[in-house]
Amino acid sequence: MDFRDVKNIEYMNQGDYACPGCGAGLSMRHALKVLGEKTIIVMPASCWSIIAGVFPTTALQVPLMHVPFATAAAVASGVKNAYRKKGQDDVNVVCWAGDGGTFDIGLQALSGAAERKEDIIYVCYDNEAYMNTGIQRSSATPPGAWTTTTPTGNPLIYEKKDMFNIVASHNPAYVATATVAYPDDFYMKFEKAKNAKGFRFIHLLSACPPGWRIDSKDSVKAMRLAVESGMFVLMEKEQGKPIRVTYKPERFIPVREYLLFQGRYRHLDENTINEIQIRVNERLKDLDLL
Amino acid sequence: MVKDMVLGSEAVALGVKLARPKVISAYPITPQTHIIERLSEMVDNGELDASFIRVESELSAISAAMGASQAGVRAFTATSSHGLALMHEVLHWIVGARLPVVLVNANRAIGSPWNIWTDQTDSMSQRDLGWLQVYCETAQEALDTVLQAFYVAEKVLLPIMVMIDGFILSHTLEEVVIPTQEQADEFLPPYEPEYFLDINNPLSFGNAAKGDVFYNLRKDIQRSMEASFGVINEAHNRFDDIFGRRYDLIDTYFIDDAEIVFVIAGALTGTVRVAVDKLRNMGVKAGLLKIRYFRPFPSDLVRSYLTDKKHVVVLNRSLSFGSAGQITQEIKNALYFEKDKPFIYDYVLSLGGKEVFVEDIVKLALNIDSLETSKILWRE
Repeated sequence: MDFRDVKNIEYMNQGDYACPGCGAGLSMRHALKVLGEKTIIVMPASCWSIIAGVFPTTALQVPLMHVPFATAAAVASGVKNAYRKKGQDDVNVVCWAGDGGTFDIGLQALSGAAERKEDIIYVCYDNEAYMNTGIQRSSATPPGAWTTTTPTGNPLIYEKKDMFNIVASHNPAYVATATVAYPDDFYMKFEKAKNAKGFRFIHLLSACPPGWRIDSKDSVKAMRLAVESGMFVLMEKEQGKPIRVTYKPERFIPVREYLLFQGRYRHLDENTINEIQIRVNERLKDLDLL
Repeated sequence: MVKDMVLGSEAVALGVKLARPKVISAYPITPQTHIIERLSEMVDNGELDASFIRVESELSAISAAMGASQAGVRAFTATSSHGLALMHEVLHWIVGARLPVVLVNANRAIGSPWNIWTDQTDSMSQRDLGWLQVYCETAQEALDTVLQAFYVAEKVLLPIMVMIDGFILSHTLEEVVIPTQEQADEFLPPYEPEYFLDINNPLSFGNAAKGDVFYNLRKDIQRSMEASFGVINEAHNRFDDIFGRRYDLIDTYFIDDAEIVFVIAGALTGTVRVAVDKLRNMGVKAGLLKIRYFRPFPSDLVRSYLTDKKHVVVLNRSLSFGSAGQITQEIKNALYFEKDKPFIYDYVLSLGGKEVFVEDIVKLALNIDSLETSKILWRE
């Protein structure tokens, strides 16, 4: 799908509670443009628990169910099975979770749903920490990053959990990484996920201006630098096919440019930046990108 | 209508099947597992047109049931002990979301140390959430209560937890009258909720609510609990009309002229019935009050039976450490404003399946004058 073909129709109401420059709000807006009105959103605790609005208002024009933190994939399984039993199998049941609800507390339910090949779409908008509670480290926080629970930087011995491959090892119908900063790639992947049958997973990198210590106007730029530096690789895997990188920069920029663009990395010394660059290079080599 | 010898757990499965749920999600745990084994057979061989979700934990079992219920279909799950404890957060959420999920809990102790035998600690630990709670004595009562539970839950818009004792009910063969599907359909209409996750009427469920709204939502839960007495009575009347079996919020045995009344919930009621018979033969005026509904707690009925009694011995199979047996708390609460109260004894009868014999109950009555009311009473 060419993103210029996307209809000028909104499924998000004006006046949501997202911070200025929030990647998660922007991602939902565009995801729904592809998914359309036959979509039900299941939402565990996350920034979106607030973005969605305070009773009696709501930010969404599609059915939405808020659920406890660890339960999104299981609740969505129940919703989808119910709809199938009602004879309405054409409804997109979508988990919309943050990195905490996906990489950490929701991982068991996610793995269970993926293993059972539940016919749901699981979207993780990853802003790389518990942002809603005030920027605490998650297992999606990259090494070196400042958070309020890693005040001197996330220990280098840690490595950001590789959700793409964790989910891919369940052999789902579709798994992809994306970011709304590359809208054509983003739309293409949501379109593929929508049209596939079975378990589908999209990992979105989602900038958080307060948590990443960037200006709200620089949100899209930060997400682009992540991709251009190779810190975040845009790729996908359809069932039965190899991993495919869907966007490769002409030339990767140094990770330093991505890191020092953000306040959360500004304390890093040269050795640490070099170590991060080495790890990124190794990963890019593994993917035949270097 | 046929009669058959079935296990308590199988009676539950038969009741669930007659209720025609659309989604069942479950995870194995002793002593509940027979229920979901039987249900998965029924789904696999086409006897029951439902989706059976084999989840990876009890947390996901209750979550999937919640999702199905919010999507507008009848949903069921069963668990026990540690499984029920693991569900705790979602049990709360289901009440707040006003979803009529039905859950059967096979009562079992919770560790440490490991123990698979029965007591009521698991369900009593969930008493304050807003789930209706029913304790069953027999396999027949278990089957019938499951059917009634869907009827009541869907009218009250609160979930119901139906308890059967692990092993002494779940794994015991009893003669059970199995209703026909036609009878069950006459009793239990299809579930057609007004509000659900509907793509034609998109609504948001569970959006953050500020204090004043939240407070009123919680007040509504209590009001629905209070109003549920009427719905439960209506369900019992309908049930009697269609099936010819009579139930009430409580049950009594030789209570009218009793001087010593035992209060108990669950399958050990049978043991106490035998003890009452024995005591009556010995000339002791013993009687029994069985708590069927623990939530809502039928205080008015309890008061009407117990106010003028001399001795009330409450037989708990759980306790709130640092306070008292939970059933004792309710009995005392119900009688607080009465002028002439009976002596109320707070007895911890059994935990973790510690065996209870008829003689244990008989001895209690024979030694009633030596019992103290000022402290928890324990067995030797």
